[in-house]
Amino acid sequence: MISVKTTQLTKKFGSFTAVDAVDLEVYKGEIFGFLGANGAGKSTMIRMLCGLLMPSSGEALIDGLDIYKESELIKKRIGYMSQKFSLYNDLTVAENIEFYGGVYSLDKKLIRSKKEEIAVSLNLKEEMKRLTRDVPVGLKQRLALACAMLHDPKIIFLDEPTSGVDPKVRKDFWNIIYDLSEHGKTVFVTTHFMEEAEYCHRLSIMQDGRIIALDSPENMKAIHNEKTIQDVFIKLIKRQNNDEI
Amino acid sequence: MIEIKGVSKSFGDIIANDNISLQIMESEIVGLIGPDGAGKTTLMRQLCALSHPDQGNIHIDAYDTVKNQYEVRSMIGYMPQRFSLYPDLTIEQNLLFFANLFNTPKKGRQERLEQLYKFSNLKPFQNRQAGKLSGGMKQKLALSCNLIHTPKYLFLDEPTFGVDPVSRQEFWELIKQLRDEGLTVFVSTPYLDEANTFDKLALIFNGKILAYKTPEKIVDSYSDQIFVMQSENYDYFAKMQNVKYLYLFNKELYISFSEAPRQEEWQTWLDNKVINGYNQKQITLEDVFLMQNKHIVSQI
Repeated sequence: MISVKTTQLTKKFGSFTAVDAVDLEVYKGEIFGFLGANGAGKSTMIRMLCGLLMPSSGEALIDGLDIYKESELIKKRIGYMSQKFSLYNDLTVAENIEFYGGVYSLDKKLIRSKKEEIAVSLNLKEEMKRLTRDVPVGLKQRLALACAMLHDPKIIFLDEPTSGVDPKVRKDFWNIIYDLSEHGKTVFVTTHFMEEAEYCHRLSIMQDGRIIALDSPENMKAIHNEKTIQDVFIKLIKRQNNDEI
Repeated sequence: MIEIKGVSKSFGDIIANDNISLQIMESEIVGLIGPDGAGKTTLMRQLCALSHPDQGNIHIDAYDTVKNQYEVRSMIGYMPQRFSLYPDLTIEQNLLFFANLFNTPKKGRQERLEQLYKFSNLKPFQNRQAGKLSGGMKQKLALSCNLIHTPKYLFLDEPTFGVDPVSRQEFWELIKQLRDEGLTVFVSTPYLDEANTFDKLALIFNGKILAYKTPEKIVDSYSDQIFVMQSENYDYFAKMQNVKYLYLFNKELYISFSEAPRQEEWQTWLDNKVINGYNQKQITLEDVFLMQNKHIVSQI
């Protein structure tokens, strides 16, 4: 089943084309890696798919909803977690959950049960009452994900979710991503850690607003005859840069 | 040379650095590798004379970081985790600002600027505001700002945070070039693929240095065997006395035993469908890192 489909999706800012006629199909339950150099157009693409930014031209369906006409409905079906974790550091852990529950207009009863659910799944007791700035980064990361998913979205966007966390915390977080995928959630991940790219079901590499490669990590490595995705990435981006010069 | 002798540092009840001793030779890239909260930044700040040890001492060349902190600071460059450039100043203005901060003589300043431009490839952008640079270019500018006074020692705290793989590779090529010209670099990073290319690594856990060797030797000296089993029977293995390390990742169990199982044992597990297959894994730096989390068996 197709979860996200774009046809010739384009976004221009003045004379600058940030996203250039992108065709993409992502399936339900897929972990889709969204790679590219800084400034390649990943964030613009994601902001359009989240219904936050109107495209200049082209089509996009998010869970069957039209990006132009149904952006408000789209927002209810998607979750977004940014690399900055977007939690309020001067609120307690519980208050952050309540706040996000309010943002997603969940009723009080549901917020209360979500809070208990999160406390159990993250193994929290005393931490619930602690200021978010004082909890360890690994916990903060899981909390940010839980808050981004309070409204039970079908598609979740993770924007560099593992920046600045150590290898152990990163691996633990990927176990959660696999779990989401098994429960039928579609997961978009952007990352600069190429060993994480290897964990995705399929990957796209973006450069100058276009998708220059799209395949499973295994196929990508085989096609380009490289041992790691890191090597494939560097090869493709460098080739592209040389073509321009 | 940097000589760290018996350095301890606590914050209240938390022992951030616990009796650390290290010798860092000149013209080497030394990586400080450890989990979040292991004490990396605390050590880094003490090396830069920004905070002082509770016990022990640090010498950079002949200078003590407590008694001679001003001499120390003139010899070093320090790029903290979230280095902030002035976004509304141009590249050139940022560089000159740092030149003034470090009090570098006016004479020879232009030559140094040109050298840094040449090495960073930032010359064509010298009049662009720092806020309008890409992540990789910002990183190179931050690095250049810390090299303007030609330091002998460079301290980098997670310098490639949020930087894409191509820019990261370019960044390390620059650092290696500087190393070959005599610069000593002490760096912390969460990217183990980068760490693999450093001259030496210091593994830090709970404030203590567990190993200080070349990356190859750290991996080679790890005597345990790790097996990957196609199995999700975490609880079955977690109960075994013999299991030293166990981790479930994407439907596979990573396991090491204090004594490797006999052939019959493997066969029994296979026959009883406890596991669907297994093979021995080649040990990597990541494995060494993950296996330091001793409490791992009781987790999940």
